[in-house]
Amino acid sequence: MEQVKQKTMRDAFLEQLYNQMQKREDLFFVSADFGSPVLDKIRTEFKNNFINVGIAEQNLINVATGLALEGFIVYAYAIAPFLSMRAYEQIRTNLALLSQIKQVNVNLIGVGAGLSYDVSGPTHHCLEDITLMRLLPNIMLFSPADWVTAKCCADFSIDVKQPKYLRFDAKPLPAIYADFKNIDMEKGFCELKKGNDVCFVSTGYMTHRALELSGILLKDGINCGIIDIFMLKPFDEKALQKAMKKYRAVIALEESFGEKGGLDSILFNLISGLNKEMIYKNFGFADKYVFELGSRKELHEQNGLSDKVLLDAVKKCLN
Amino acid sequence: MKKNVKLTDFLEKKAFDVRRRTLSIHGLAPETRVASSLSCVEIFVALYYGKILKFKATDLQWDKRDRFIISKGHGAISLYPILADLGFFSKYELLKVGTKDSFLGGIPDPVIPGFETVNGSLGHGLGVACGIAVGLKRKKKKESVFVLNGDGEMSEGSVWEAIMFAGHHKLDNITLIVDNNKIGMLDYCKNVIDLAPLEEKFKVFGWHSETVDGHNMQKVYDILKYLKEKRTNKPKVLIADTIKGKGVPSLECDVLCHIRNLSKNEIDKLLKDKEF
Repeated sequence: MEQVKQKTMRDAFLEQLYNQMQKREDLFFVSADFGSPVLDKIRTEFKNNFINVGIAEQNLINVATGLALEGFIVYAYAIAPFLSMRAYEQIRTNLALLSQIKQVNVNLIGVGAGLSYDVSGPTHHCLEDITLMRLLPNIMLFSPADWVTAKCCADFSIDVKQPKYLRFDAKPLPAIYADFKNIDMEKGFCELKKGNDVCFVSTGYMTHRALELSGILLKDGINCGIIDIFMLKPFDEKALQKAMKKYRAVIALEESFGEKGGLDSILFNLISGLNKEMIYKNFGFADKYVFELGSRKELHEQNGLSDKVLLDAVKKCLN
Repeated sequence: MKKNVKLTDFLEKKAFDVRRRTLSIHGLAPETRVASSLSCVEIFVALYYGKILKFKATDLQWDKRDRFIISKGHGAISLYPILADLGFFSKYELLKVGTKDSFLGGIPDPVIPGFETVNGSLGHGLGVACGIAVGLKRKKKKESVFVLNGDGEMSEGSVWEAIMFAGHHKLDNITLIVDNNKIGMLDYCKNVIDLAPLEEKFKVFGWHSETVDGHNMQKVYDILKYLKEKRTNKPKVLIADTIKGKGVPSLECDVLCHIRNLSKNEIDKLLKDKEF
């Protein structure tokens, strides 16, 4: 039943955290005046392990760092673009640098990946964070596509004691993974569907697009593979190379600026290392901000990510 | 009272010695920021030799240690001789500052025994200290958190986010020391962003605020001891009025002393002068 249920990543993650907080006292939640219905439960029932720092992302990271130095497993929660960009230098200095020397388990939960805050405009869109977070040594980078994966991230965040950035979509989305037991966190990706010739490799929301597109293509007798990467750093690169090697063409899909060092460059580097002639196409947003208004689907269409463009790309690979 | 005079005498001798050793380090590693390091000598001496800070040099993560964050990383080479003297690392390390085999850089990092956080990027220390202070309170621990900021650093917005936070959450286990040496890199702070009236600013943000002559050893010791013990639901700040480049005449009178290096000759001359 879980497969069809729509849910936000943050609620699934927070529910799991809520369960953990009932069992242990070393989790501490810090918010930059940002909430969710499940967070209401955490902040009322675990008052001593919750602090709202106010709309102050720099202080959010610094306070989280201090708590982590005192041995707490910390969650720093804010809207993705403000968390990743307003406080970037705090993340660099107090998490990336410091964690190379000391244990700092701070989990940055950025809600609002890509265009998930579609009508709020470009300040709330987040098309840069994959590249920015990937750049920082010692920071793990998660980009789940559904709430089942997000739920897995909660237990992982407790067990793996280093700083992490979790890029969560803001919208409720259907589950992709039937069971969280199917998710191999260490591997970092999952081949959702095996195909012939062409494979979509996607992350976050774009994995839902890949699933839709492959459904359409199947009607035309084209069987595309789909690989979902939910952990962009680190992940089992050799295993991904092996998975991609089976195909003639790889199409990268990300809701980020394209060709700016995100998923596109991760895959480009891996494919280059294969020494195999393959077609590689990557799709992301063009080098401009999105001021247009509309639904996420309409904004994708206006920015070069329409169904037609992507389907044509697949067909071109097959010619 | 007699005991106090003896202690002050001891601390003054230590301060004298630390200043000389700081100059020696600067002589070996000219890229270090000497002027900024000379203004906070009495503060370091009071905290460490005055035993205001609880620490164990051989157990850096000792749970009962007081946490000290040197947010103005640029001005902390004067702490190196103190840490070496107290056994955090070998004194021989002081001869290697800034070289390939050393962990003592121009700006200290937590690879150096005795440093808790990454320094060098300004405006982080107080916010991190706030998190430590909340964590200590949550664990019902009585240890104190000390932070050393520069006055130029007070222009950073993140410092004021932390000042508001500490005041709101009544973090009375924090003592912030502002090394008010009145000069940034390019100019007097009052010509750049005037902090005055700083004591009043802290007060309206819910802090207990004190000012002291930062080179009067006894007063610095007394006020820091008093502030450490004071727990009245308010974070505490000590504004230490200091002189950038204290003790070196050519630095004391130079508004650009932050970026000035002393020549080997000048250092040798100063060190020969027993009064320095």
